[in-house]
Amino acid sequence: MSGRESDADVAMALTRVAREESGRVRALLARRLGDVDLADESVQDALLEAARTWTSNGVPSNPAGWLMHVAKRRAIDRQRRATSAQRNAVEAARTLPSDDGEASDGRSYDGLVPDEGDPVGDEQLRLVLLCCHPALDLDAQVVLTLRLVGGLTTTEIASAFLVPEATLAQRIVRAKRKIRDAGIPLSLPRDLGARIDAVLAVLYLVFNEGYLARGDRDEAVRVDLVNEAVRLTSLLAELAPDHAEVDGLLALELFHRSRLATRTDILGDLVLLDRQDRSRWDLVAILDANRVLQRAMQRMRPGPYQLQAIIAGHHANARTAGDTDWPAIASLYRQLVSMTASPVVQLNHAIAVAMADGPNAGLAMIDDLTGLDRYHLFHAARGELLDRAGHPEEARQAFETARSLAEHPAERRHLDRRSAELT
Amino acid sequence: MDYMILIHSDENADAPAPGTPEFEAMMGEWFAYNQRLIDGGHWIGGASLMPTATATIVRTATIAGGTPTITDGPYAESKEQLGGFYLISASDLDEAIQLASAIPVPGAALEVRPVAFRPDAG
Repeated sequence: MSGRESDADVAMALTRVAREESGRVRALLARRLGDVDLADESVQDALLEAARTWTSNGVPSNPAGWLMHVAKRRAIDRQRRATSAQRNAVEAARTLPSDDGEASDGRSYDGLVPDEGDPVGDEQLRLVLLCCHPALDLDAQVVLTLRLVGGLTTTEIASAFLVPEATLAQRIVRAKRKIRDAGIPLSLPRDLGARIDAVLAVLYLVFNEGYLARGDRDEAVRVDLVNEAVRLTSLLAELAPDHAEVDGLLALELFHRSRLATRTDILGDLVLLDRQDRSRWDLVAILDANRVLQRAMQRMRPGPYQLQAIIAGHHANARTAGDTDWPAIASLYRQLVSMTASPVVQLNHAIAVAMADGPNAGLAMIDDLTGLDRYHLFHAARGELLDRAGHPEEARQAFETARSLAEHPAERRHLDRRSAELT
Repeated sequence: MDYMILIHSDENADAPAPGTPEFEAMMGEWFAYNQRLIDGGHWIGGASLMPTATATIVRTATIAGGTPTITDGPYAESKEQLGGFYLISASDLDEAIQLASAIPVPGAALEVRPVAFRPDAG
């Protein structure tokens, strides 16, 4: 016990234990109980109890152990109250070790939660895979991952995604019901690679939601989805160290995050890569990303996230926009096109070719693309290249089409400004 | 847990004619699959259905004691039709998905639904 703390200290300790430890506790308890919902409810109970008692009793010396201990007791309470419909859960409770005695407040909880490197990593991986199970709707996967693995509260997730809290809570209830009723297991599947890919897709979606929305929201109140995605991707890199693409995504996220501060100006308007103040890029983050990317590539298992990270690395490590190695980037995009067959990647390939070989080469490729008519960045890129190729009137039309399709106000303002700059 | 696997596929898709070697090969795959379910202790039941042209809808009355309406045709017209089903026992959804994925029917949608209650189950 560290004595009486201020409310702010307790609140900080609570947030820390919820974000950094509760996922581990949930995973361990879910595995022992064979019931994710019961584990989650019990951890929520324990967090509420922490909020009630830590202010007067002080923050325990081992908050994670405290949380595990209390959550386990709450789980047993809940099971005792369980009706016959929950008989299965009661059966599972018998496999729990008998309660570790009623702990007095001075008790040390060391040993209740294994340290990193223990099989709990395995439990956590099972929980991540469960949250990102393809039998769940993608929105549900995102919410469950942030809630059960990331330890965010329903309120925090709702505000991050600008969704009413009741809607989000409903989504969680429905997803948990499907997990239970359809028998989605906490297991390590044989096709682990494919399932890890599904987790990466969810984490990248969370990252982009935070990254792209930056500047449009009240940052003081919203959870930083960029940092949450990086945190969870790092966790996955620890849990699944043999999967090069996890490090690929982590490096990609770190490269993007390194220039977050310069991506928008003081008014919240977008600043394109070639106009960003590179002296304000986070050099430590870039070095970190280089190291992670290196680690990924040493495994000799290339994949789309690693390729995107290599491209992002070319940008991040170029001292000026003019130093950018566009021919190398164009060739990387060509490889990425052959891997993903995504029209958006084809668009990026065309832009890189335009930068390497001139706007007309890029325009020729862009005009061959199909399926991007409703994608604002397709028209924005076309406008840029038409401008560079000396066709301001066509460029203006492209920017206007892009503006009518863009959703974020910052992007609309940027397109207005580009239209106005045309001569 | 028990799961129902509903096999939705295009009943008008080209299929090998009985008597041809292709037909024999196809039947061989189905028998092997059924045997796999039996050997693995997954088999509860299963059947392949006659085409939807043979289907009849009995629409029960909304009030007790009312007369049902009888009409020709399947319940819903769609590009893929219910062509058969399996009722299996699996440890969890992942195993059920794995077993469903092995059903030897190309381009089909296999709906995997947990069974809520089975009066004949012990």
